[in-house]
Amino acid sequence: MKMKDRSLLVNVWRRIVLAVVSLYLLLPLIAMLDFSTKVGRHMRGLYAWRAIVHQPDLISAILTSLELAIIVVGLVLFVVVPTVVWVHLRLPRLRRPLELICLLPLAIPGIVLVVGVADIYRWISIHITESPLTLAAVYAMLVLPYTYRSLSAALNAVDVHTLAEASRTLGASTYRMLFGVVVPTIRSGVMSGAVISIALVLGEFTISSLLNYKTMQVQIVLLGQSDASIAVAVSLASLIFVFLLLVIIPTTTSRAIEVLDTDE
Amino acid sequence: MNNDRKDHTVTTKSLSSSSAAVQLIDLAKSFGSVHALAGLTMEIAKGELVALLGPSGCGKTTALRALAGLQVLDRGQIFVDNKNVTFLRANHRNMGMVFQAYSLFPHLTARENVEYGLTLKAHKTPPAVRRARGGELLDLVGLGSHANHFPHQLSGGQQQRVALARALAISPKVLLLDEPLSALDAKVRTQLRDEIRRIQLELGTTTLFVTHDQEEALGIADRVGVMRSGVLEQIAAPIELYERPSSAFVAEFVGLTNPIRGTVNAGSIEILGARVPVLSGSVKSGTGIALIRPESLNVRANDRGTAKVFAASFLGASCRLAINLADGTRITAQVPSSDARSLGAGAAVDVEFKPMPVFVKDVK
Repeated sequence: MKMKDRSLLVNVWRRIVLAVVSLYLLLPLIAMLDFSTKVGRHMRGLYAWRAIVHQPDLISAILTSLELAIIVVGLVLFVVVPTVVWVHLRLPRLRRPLELICLLPLAIPGIVLVVGVADIYRWISIHITESPLTLAAVYAMLVLPYTYRSLSAALNAVDVHTLAEASRTLGASTYRMLFGVVVPTIRSGVMSGAVISIALVLGEFTISSLLNYKTMQVQIVLLGQSDASIAVAVSLASLIFVFLLLVIIPTTTSRAIEVLDTDE
Repeated sequence: MNNDRKDHTVTTKSLSSSSAAVQLIDLAKSFGSVHALAGLTMEIAKGELVALLGPSGCGKTTALRALAGLQVLDRGQIFVDNKNVTFLRANHRNMGMVFQAYSLFPHLTARENVEYGLTLKAHKTPPAVRRARGGELLDLVGLGSHANHFPHQLSGGQQQRVALARALAISPKVLLLDEPLSALDAKVRTQLRDEIRRIQLELGTTTLFVTHDQEEALGIADRVGVMRSGVLEQIAAPIELYERPSSAFVAEFVGLTNPIRGTVNAGSIEILGARVPVLSGSVKSGTGIALIRPESLNVRANDRGTAKVFAASFLGASCRLAINLADGTRITAQVPSSDARSLGAGAAVDVEFKPMPVFVKDVK
């Protein structure tokens, strides 16, 4: 009887915690939806949401942010993943230094980063290109701590060494070993890294604003100064978009990894 | 595309690889101050199964990994089929390997794991042949009905069987087994050991089997090599290794021995009033310690006997007796259970040595 009471109590407690957390997370979103659908004092309408597509600067900024997200995910997949895996498999002595380097962006404030890279970006914009896509380099650096941690956790969870050696003895080249065996094995880590990268790029404001590039967040802030309803609608839309990505990316990443695993 | 693979038929016979003789010559490898291999030299004949046996850290796994191409050597040469492969990368050596740790690719089914090697450039096989071959190999290891199971849906023994099928799928020149049974429970281990031997004999694949379990090595191999400190102490057929060890280390490492002091003279040792022939490599004269196998002793119940049984352990077909000799020496004898009915604890007995050659080590 006592056990039954106890389990009932635990169940009730669980539901209370779930309700509080849900409220904490959902209230701001509900408030955003409420604000973005208000027309005047007592009217409701989708004016702000419809207006998004009539803001060419905003659309262009959204597209830029999406392109940046794709480039950063590409950099993570083709540069960060092979590097981390290689160090894990072949250069274990470099694991600590690599971890330290990857975690550095967490310790360096955005403003310091901007001061550091501003001169380089000024030079790039004068001599090479003014494209905001060059931001991908800084963003790839910014996402390093998160991608490294998720990859490292995935690599430590399985005996990747033995799997890599098994594929080598069966005749796999380094490419096939990496993309045919190791990457699919640590798929969860790769996916987490990709999702975090996209979320971070779509939400980044400080660096792009200080370097004077028009990305989605910068444009939302600018728009907020003239029409707050549209700015809030876009913010909510981007949150929903990232949430949808969280659902969609696991499937598409699996397919992408299968495509990578083709014979050389 | 390899033409001979195109014509590959899918009968068991067709799976036989053209196994090659292996030569390891003066292999040396150090890890810091530890000499894992210190001039290992050995040969494996075509179709032979050689087991490398030795205590932890003796270099047996390093030797196997060097043969697989997974370990760069400090010195030495490796020949497979008379071809020097010392500097050939692992993926070009065509060697199937089964690891101690479970090594199936977790994102592939059992069938896809087995077919994996055949999808690679080195062993590219047409899809139809590949599929048939994968199925056939899974049948060979008794897992045809588990073809679509993922590794996490298989038991440890089943995973190692699939790993064996995967290693055999590429028709390896040499099959390398790195303690593949050590993670399994006793019953599965014995079953799989017998299966490995059956399949190896069926396919005639040259095989190197590394283990620290002497029963496993003696039970499966054509020849057993005993390693110590990076070198081969002795390599011989299991029975020869057991009955005619060439060193005290081999005698003591393989099986049980009773160390009994005696005097060596003219190729035999006198122990407890009996003369027993001495094996080559033993102490040639003076006092030595004979290493007597428990089953080399005849034990007979005798009320006037000077020796006394102080413990008896029933082992099934045989019985192990712990005996106190008249001079206080404690020895272990192993006798058939049928002869041991009257030899319980406290029984007075006579102990005689069978005239089998023994190894005699130095008193030091």
